[in-house]
Amino acid sequence: MRVGFHAPDTVEELAYLVAEAADTRTPLEVMGRGTKREIGRPMQHGAVLSTENLVGVPLYEPSELALVALAGTPLAQIEQLLAENDQALPFEPVDLGPVLGFGPGQATIGGVIAANLSGSRRIHSGSARDHVLGVQAVNGRGETFRSGGRVLKNVTGYDLGRGIAGSWGTLAVMTEIALKVLPAQREVRTVLCFGLADQTGVEALCLALCTPFEVSGTVHMHAGLAEHFSDQEIANSGASVTAIRVENFPASARYRSSRLKQMLQAYAPALELDTMRSRTFWDEVRALRMFQKTSRPLWRISTLPSTAPKLIRSIARKIEIRVAYDWSGGLIWLETPPISDAGAVEIRRTLAEFGGHATLIRAETSARAGIDVFQPLDPPLMALTASLKRAFDPVGILNPGRMYPGI
Amino acid sequence: MSQIALPSPDHAILQRRNDLLKQLKKLVPGATLITDKEGRRTFETDALTAYRCLPLAVVLPQSTEEVSAILRFCHQNHIKVVPRGAGTSLSGGALPLEDAIVLCLTRMNKVLSIDLTDRVARVEAGITNTGITEAVATDRFFYAPDPSSQIACTIGGNVATNSGGAHCLKYGVTTNNVLGVRMVLMNGEVVDIGGASLDAPGYDFLALIVGSEGQFGIVTEVTVRLLKAPEGARPMLLGFGSNETAGACVAAIIAAGIVPVALEFMDRPAIHVCEHFVAAGYPLDVEALLIVEVQGSEDEIDTFLDKIGEIAQDFTPLTVRRSQSAEESAKIWKGRKNAFGAIGQLSDYYCMDGVIPLSKLPKALDEIGWICRRYRFDVANIFHAGDGNLHPLILYNANDPLQLERVELCGAEILKLCVELGGCLTGEHGVGIEKRDLMRVQFSEVDLGQQMRIKAAFDPDWLLNPGKVFPLEGQRTQ
Repeated sequence: MRVGFHAPDTVEELAYLVAEAADTRTPLEVMGRGTKREIGRPMQHGAVLSTENLVGVPLYEPSELALVALAGTPLAQIEQLLAENDQALPFEPVDLGPVLGFGPGQATIGGVIAANLSGSRRIHSGSARDHVLGVQAVNGRGETFRSGGRVLKNVTGYDLGRGIAGSWGTLAVMTEIALKVLPAQREVRTVLCFGLADQTGVEALCLALCTPFEVSGTVHMHAGLAEHFSDQEIANSGASVTAIRVENFPASARYRSSRLKQMLQAYAPALELDTMRSRTFWDEVRALRMFQKTSRPLWRISTLPSTAPKLIRSIARKIEIRVAYDWSGGLIWLETPPISDAGAVEIRRTLAEFGGHATLIRAETSARAGIDVFQPLDPPLMALTASLKRAFDPVGILNPGRMYPGI
Repeated sequence: MSQIALPSPDHAILQRRNDLLKQLKKLVPGATLITDKEGRRTFETDALTAYRCLPLAVVLPQSTEEVSAILRFCHQNHIKVVPRGAGTSLSGGALPLEDAIVLCLTRMNKVLSIDLTDRVARVEAGITNTGITEAVATDRFFYAPDPSSQIACTIGGNVATNSGGAHCLKYGVTTNNVLGVRMVLMNGEVVDIGGASLDAPGYDFLALIVGSEGQFGIVTEVTVRLLKAPEGARPMLLGFGSNETAGACVAAIIAAGIVPVALEFMDRPAIHVCEHFVAAGYPLDVEALLIVEVQGSEDEIDTFLDKIGEIAQDFTPLTVRRSQSAEESAKIWKGRKNAFGAIGQLSDYYCMDGVIPLSKLPKALDEIGWICRRYRFDVANIFHAGDGNLHPLILYNANDPLQLERVELCGAEILKLCVELGGCLTGEHGVGIEKRDLMRVQFSEVDLGQQMRIKAAFDPDWLLNPGKVFPLEGQRTQ
């Protein structure tokens, strides 16, 4: 097959190219618009296969809470269409573009699902993969298959759509994705505290999630990160920021934020952001604005909220780090100095002690070549991983080696 | 008798039965092994009672180690295994095979740990769905998916079928509420998939395992998300003069940006049977009834119900009634949750589980009515309207073999209709044995081939719950 860049206009053409690559054993770099191609182990590939020309929304039924998009459709286009109908993607996908040197909103929906990108709302509404209703995809044999559908409930056959989510293009090339969407929230309120230590901040976030107020955002950031926000009151605080978001219709959102404010008084005086300031703040969290200015290594760590502050304290004893907690502490964004291994040895050693897993989101190619970008798996899980890869991509041509050697 | 064939048994296994069971007893002395005919009879069917088969034996282990030993033994001896929880499957998912051992997990029913800071619980697979919520209810937490059989059905069975329930419009189904499982593979190997954190490294095996109908491995432990209970909840009854207006009202509520926690639909026959059985206070002079439930503080509930009441006015409702008390709310739900049982008092019924896009609701109900009339059956419709999950209950006489055959054909036509309208064969009950041969209506050979290759990645010899989910001849070619 021809070396170079292929961006087919149709699913048939895409399937043909994959089949050809399988025949000729040509490894393909699979991507949408390539905003996340620097994430993963450096790969050797014979050609690039992009879904960027598969663009469009063949079905959108607001009253059925369902949207079907071709994989290459830009996320920004989908979100605009939803906004016109007072709806939104409930999982609020984090936008990795800006921390990787791209403009905001450039990712494709296929890329978002392939990386299972979920934002702050994950704690309330679920992850990206939770909202996948069905997919059409091309496997490593060049066969086009469907799984799921476009209705909200479906247990007909195995759930391959959600199974492919988060596989970084290594199992199949998604060509069409059906998603569950939800009404957008009209009123948003954010309750903020400044100056809390990690332990206390995370404790406050967890407490907020143990209320019945449907808290939909919980972040805590180190002092040095506040200055990156456009809200002057936050930027000038010079302190750590602990933020809790509630939503609903206006009277309800006000009621909820007042109850949370009362609760937080025990920790520190609380500030309240109205809808407009809240939207700006959470949009900036979503774009990881606090990590956009540098090109230092950036890790994404998943752990338990009750463990997170201890884990971070332990890493901080060895490396100078800047940290933002999301998901009430269950998700940690961690920036290290530009050291050769991006802090991998220390971070993974500490994770082994406390529990959790880490993915290197931003690093120089040389660093990515030498360390495990994705969390290494236990041998039984690694064996299953290899079996699953073979079940989708028997000759190993789809993003081979991007996640794990030989996968 | 009926249309659906069971795979032919392995005669070598049947011949070695006594010897194999003796070895198994020795291998896991702590597990309960049921070999006598009367004992096995208890396990010969599930909630799809038209099908029955006595298994080789039934084993009830008490630990993951015992499950591992049993599976390793079965793997070495090429014995098929049918996993079972409480046996409430409506699709024959736990139907035994003559040459298979039924591995029943109901003795593994402990809560292993509860962590309210991280809001997760780890439980054994045989605990009931309600058992989890009961364990955390005093702290006002709950486990969200609530299938109608929740008092009896096990979390392991919920994982196998990706169970839903009346409140999943808001809270999602099992796959959205489970974070990890401990699973024993057919070769006896124990793997931990996911855990207590909100995502797991590597491939999303959990997404594949949930809904795999016991064909990938035996889940022995489950880690679930716990949610804080809302301040309050209240249902409202909306009665309409036709199915069409009720369906249009559902669409209008959702289009207005309101997603109630539950949005249930009953047609006239269903309303009358339930009211007679439970005296839930349902109006009897309407063609269709919606139960709409919202949650929040008293003020939030009032605001939502006001808004829903306003929307309903556009559809000339015959009844608009809010529950006035906790007792009234409980009665309204009691009627809905006992609907299947109530209809069961009246007649045998065949319960369908198709899903359609909401906008096709009036057309679907109309066509279902025509199909049932053509087969000369009465039908009662009860369903989760918010997500388009239909449960037509076709009334028939199970003791009449001709009727059984006819009711299956009638049901198959209804499910084909659901697929034609853009929906699917099953929303929450699973494929099992019941809808196995209809899979080609929804999927191409390539689609099914990809699914079967995944089955083989977990269980290369096809020993786990065989004969289900896929058309039999397709399974043979794999």
